Formats: sequence, structure tokens, C-alpha cells
Amino acid sequence: MIDFELPKGIQITKQMINGVAKGVMRKFARLADDREHEKMADYVNLMWNASKNMEGISFGGGGKKKDKKDGAPKEKKVGTANIQMAVIIEELSYGDAGLYLATPNPGLGGAAVSAVGTDVQKERFLKRFSEGTPKWGAMAITEPGAGSDSAAITTTAVLDEKTKEWIINGEKIFVTSGKSAVEDSEGFVVVWATRDRKAGRAGIKSFVVDHHTPGMKVTKVEHKLGIRASDTASIVFEDCRIPYDHVLGDPEVRTGGFKGAMATFDATRPLVAASALGIGRASLEFVKEEFQKAGIPIRYGIAPNKLTARERDVMMMEAQLQAARLLTWKAAWMADAGLPNNLEASMCKAKAGLAVTLVTQKAVELMGPLGYSKRELLEKWVRDAKINDIFEGTGQINMLIVARRILEYGSKELK
Amino acid sequence: MISFELSDDQKMIQDTARDFAANELRAKSRDCDEKDEIPESVFQGAWELGLVNAPIPEAYGGAGMARSALTGAIMCEELAYGDLSMAMGTLAPALLAYPVMEFGTEEQKKAYLTKFAEASFLKATAAVVEPIMDFDPAALTCTAQKKGSGYTLSGKKCLVPLGASAELYLIYAALEKPGYENVAGFIVEKGAKGLTVVGRERNMGLKALETAELSLENVEVPASARLGGDAGCNFARIMDYSRVALASMAVGVAKASYDYARQYAKERVAFGEPIAQRQAIAFMLAEMAIEIDATRCLVWEAAWKLDKGQDATKESYLAKMYADQMVMKACDWGVQILGGHGYIREHPVELWFRNARGFAVFEGMATV
Repeated sequence: MIDFELPKGIQITKQMINGVAKGVMRKFARLADDREHEKMADYVNLMWNASKNMEGISFGGGGKKKDKKDGAPKEKKVGTANIQMAVIIEELSYGDAGLYLATPNPGLGGAAVSAVGTDVQKERFLKRFSEGTPKWGAMAITEPGAGSDSAAITTTAVLDEKTKEWIINGEKIFVTSGKSAVEDSEGFVVVWATRDRKAGRAGIKSFVVDHHTPGMKVTKVEHKLGIRASDTASIVFEDCRIPYDHVLGDPEVRTGGFKGAMATFDATRPLVAASALGIGRASLEFVKEEFQKAGIPIRYGIAPNKLTARERDVMMMEAQLQAARLLTWKAAWMADAGLPNNLEASMCKAKAGLAVTLVTQKAVELMGPLGYSKRELLEKWVRDAKINDIFEGTGQINMLIVARRILEYGSKELK
Repeated sequence: MISFELSDDQKMIQDTARDFAANELRAKSRDCDEKDEIPESVFQGAWELGLVNAPIPEAYGGAGMARSALTGAIMCEELAYGDLSMAMGTLAPALLAYPVMEFGTEEQKKAYLTKFAEASFLKATAAVVEPIMDFDPAALTCTAQKKGSGYTLSGKKCLVPLGASAELYLIYAALEKPGYENVAGFIVEKGAKGLTVVGRERNMGLKALETAELSLENVEVPASARLGGDAGCNFARIMDYSRVALASMAVGVAKASYDYARQYAKERVAFGEPIAQRQAIAFMLAEMAIEIDATRCLVWEAAWKLDKGQDATKESYLAKMYADQMVMKACDWGVQILGGHGYIREHPVELWFRNARGFAVFEGMATV
């Protein structure tokens, strides 16, 4: 049955996070943007304690809830984990997208471990997020010469037959929370590396590298247009040795293995879309509140040719955001229902990236000098929003994926 | 609990509508557009499938299926995918039946709903739009003045589906003041004194559909003709239903254009390969696919709110506004992807383009 109502539990969670977003995140938003990379300790500790104490809420896919009644995870027909995550991330990003990304959590690295790790690996790498001091997880895919074309990565993983260790060599860039994960806390980074460059995609595997592993070094933390609270690191690996069982999934070079790695994106793209929605909603809400204060009505239902330009702008912003939100929920719902959602994940990501870019920029335009000034957060939201049309696959890459899917083309037919 | 899954009933109705749209509507679409008419067999076929009359309550001789805006939206999309003129034509009787079902007095229900349970297609319709540049459903220029115990209707209407041949009209007019809350509907039978069919309209699109301009000169109706009696009707809500219907039809038309252009682009070879293998074309199709699905979601949400009995003015209004723009772009691109071939009448994309242009103008011409 088609239904657009969030389950009660998720509604309550949403409300709670909204309190944090408004009460805590907004307070630190400007400061965190000004003091790039500086950790907002109050926020970090609050979120760490909250996520530690609340089972079922985690911010990156780690620490999956298990129903242990029968000793085994209970198979439910349709879960709610992905929808819940989308709602939480929208809410946090409504507070502040930079701080959301800087939240101590297993992150995309954690998501990879949850998705393909063995039970032993999950225990070893994810348990740390429920104890001790704040920690971060990270995922390292992009390289100076390989961005969206992740099959072209050059970082290598060579097996030392004697010690049964992997030796990682290469350079990774644009690692979200990279420094937080491997230098500032006892976290880890999941690194994509090739076992055999001649094998192309089939040779690419992911490896968990623990914090402070010798041979791994953070060489740079980027200065960015937006999401400045979040550290974006370059990490160099020089003969970095890690244990054999830190490889995620099947270690053998086989065709089809890469598809598994790419499947992670089907889960994460709707979450990036959800983050975009939160920023867009913040901008839209600001505009609507200012209009209300100024006595400018938004008249739904009147003859469309009688709308003012401002009304039309606000309504289109609203429709764009809601359209993107529903596509995002659809992709998340499909993941929850166990349906393949590769197409829908890219659709919502492409749509949300575009919509939030449009909405945040329109908000600056509509608010005039108020929009451009650093006194308010509108200008920051434009800067923060832009990343959503870039990371986890640019808007163009996602359009390419959608195009290939709907045309039933592979990468050969549609380059 | 969020879900995008159709119920079994909805799937069944979707399949029925889809088959009918393919075998009857699409198959006859071009011919009907050229001839400016819809064959009686199409009206009768839709009637027999129960597309309009299934929700008529059992008490009035109907099948008594619960009315659902969501199910209606799913059906409207499928029918419009086949052909918009025929979708609007075959569903036109709902424009009178459903408001009577929702707001009508017992007497009105008995008098009219029973007619919809009969075996042959009943040409009934509603008149909302007026032939003026700044038409506004909340400030109708067609007026209803209280006279004695009844009302006198005056004014002009246009874009009335089946307007020239209808047996029954539901005519919306403003009582003393402007505003949705002061709009009343009046059930007027064909041939009423003062009601003149000015003529069948010739429009850019919707050519197969008979739409007419009506003139009302002091049409006197009894108080019992007022929809809902003295209590009246909720015209704002009637418009919400209409927006959902029209927006879902826009999704259907857009999808027709998209599917056709996609297939064409995969077959049309230029420079040694299908044009779909070029990003310039492939990305247009990708955007169409995304926007069609996005709009469908907006429409479904609005319909879902209506079904829950909640206020859905904002949702239905935004969905229609979004759909109006989306369908025009999708149909423009359909023509564009076919290039010169899109411009000639051998292919249907130009027909959809002409029909799509109307959505921003259509108001109150369909319901769910």
C-alpha cells in the first residue's frame, strides 16, 4: 500500500534530532565554518554520548541492530533502516551539514564493513563505536588521477606470502573525516586498492587500515568552499602493512567483484541526497519565515497566473525539494524492501544535488543583501549544498548511470 | 510506514487501464486527432470497464468500490499515456458524478447517481473554466444570484469536456462574493432555458475531445439544483481532486513522449551509432526519466493526503504546477530528440506536444 507516513519511531527520532539541530548545531554552525577543521568539542561529545547510548541510531550504517531472540538476525520483509537513516541525516544537515559530516561515527568506512564484512570483522572494527572516546570511520577511494573513474585507481595491495600481510602503497585524496579517523581518534579507514592492475575492475578490493598504522600518513587537509567543519584529507601509504584478514569481502581477483564494491553506492547515494534535502529545507524555511514576518503571503490554490514572482519562486523551491525527498525515500524504501535500487539511488542523488543547488542559491537571491551576508547562514548553505552535487558521484556521473540503466547500455555503448 | 508499492486492487486497475489505453486509446489516437472525434465505442468501452462508475455506491445501483484519489491517479496516468483527449473524454462524467457522491443531497444522489449505474455511457460533465485571459477559479465571473427560492445563472464557460453533447452539466458559479468558499455548483440539464452551446472549440491540442463554450443567460434553476443544497459544496477540495487528476494525466503524457523518444533514439543511427549512445541525447532521456518519477511521487503524495481526508491544497497545487512544467519539457524534448521526424505528423510526439501545452491552462477538467 502506497503510504507517505513515517513510522512513529522514526518520527520521534526525527523530532529529537531536530532539537539537536536547532539547539546545538545551529549555534556552532558559523563558528565551525570560520574555524575550519577545528573540532567543536561540545557537539562531538554530545553526539558521541547520544549515539553510544541509543542503540539503533548510528550515523553511518555501522552497529546494525540485531534481533537476538532466536539467536539469529530476524528476517523482516521490509525494514526501515535506510528510511530512518535518510530522515536522521536530513535532520542533522538541516542543523548543519559540515557538523553532520564531522559527527563521530563509523561513516562510509563503517557502512562498507557492515555491508560486506564478516561477523568477526564487524565485531573488531565496529564495536569501538560503542565505547570509549569519540571515533571516526572513513572511506578512501579517490586518487589524484582517479575520481569518478574509480576503476582507474592505482593504489596497490600486495600480499606478502611470508608474513601473510597486505602491503599498501599509493595516495588517496578527498577522504572525508580522514584525519579524524586515523590521526585524531582510534578509528579506521577503508582503502580501495588494486591487487592486479592488469585485471582492471576485478582486481580492486577494499582493505581496513587501522588508525596510526605505520606507513600511513595524513599529508594534507583541504581548505574548501563549504562543509568546512569536516576534514577532507589526503592520505599517503608507503609500504603500509596490514593483517591479511583486514580485506573486506572476497580477496580473490574475480570478475564481478567490482560490482559488489560499487553496490555500496546504492546505499550511500540516497543518504547524500538526504543531506542535500536538509540544507535545502533550512534555506527554504528561512525564506518563508522572513516573508511571513514581512507580511508577504504564499497563496497556494490561487490562479497560477496571479502568483507573484516571489510566490512562484518559493513554490518551485518547495516542489523541487519535495520531489527530491520523495525520490530519496523511494530509493531508501527499496533498499529496505530488499529491492535492487541502483537506478533509483542515482536518480535521487542527481535530483537532490540539483535541487539543493537551485534552492539554496534562490534563497540568497530572494533575501537580497541578507542572503549574501555572513550575518545569516544562507550564504554558507549555498557553499555547503554544492558538495552534494559532487561527492558520492557528481550529478553528471549519476545522470550517466541513470542513462545507461534506462537505455540498457553498458559502459561500452554509452561512454 | 513509507511504501511505494501499489495494492493488489490498484495493480489490477492499473493493468486494466493500461490494456485499454494501449488497445483502444493509443491505437486510435492519431486517427481521432485528425478527425476531431472520439468514437462512441471508446466511451462505451471505458464505461463497461467501470473506469468512471465503479465507485458509485451500491445503494444507487453501483459497484460500490471505495473512491480513492490515489487509485484514480494511477488510472488517469495510464489512460493519458494512451491518449489525453480520450482519457479526459471517457472520464468526463466523473466531473459530475463524484462531486454529487461527495457533496450531493440524498435527493440529488437518488436522481443522478443511479443514472451512472446504467448500462450506457452517460454524457455528463462540469463547467469550470471561463473564456477570459485572467481566469481565476477563486473569482469566477459566472454568477449565481438568488432569486426567490432558486438561483439565476449568468456568464460564460469554456473548455467544457463533452460540452456540446452532454445531457447533464455541473456548472460552477460565484455566489455574491469572490473566494473558493463562495463558489456553488448547479446541476443543469441539457436544453435548460438560457443555456446555449456557443459552439465546439478549436484548440491547439485535445483535438479529438469535444470541448465547448457555453453561454448562460439568466438560466433559472431551483434551489434543489444547487450541489449539496443550502450546505453547498467544498469547491476548494473539488479543485484539489481536479489538480491531482490533471497532474497524473500530465505524468502519463510525459511518459508517452519519453518512452517513444527513448525507443527512437536507440534505433536511429547517425555517425555510425544510435543517437542514444551520445550523452547529449542520453542525458535528456535520463532527465525526463527522473522528472517523470519525481512528479509521479508528488502526485501520489497529494492523492494520498486526499484519501486520508486531510487538507491537500498545497500538495495538489504544487504537484500540478510542477507537472505542468515537467510535461511541457518532456514533450518538447520528445519532439527535439526525433528532430525533423518529430515535427511531422507521422510520429505521435507532435500530438503529445500540442496536448501538453494545455496543462497549464486546464483547470477542473478532470477528477479522481
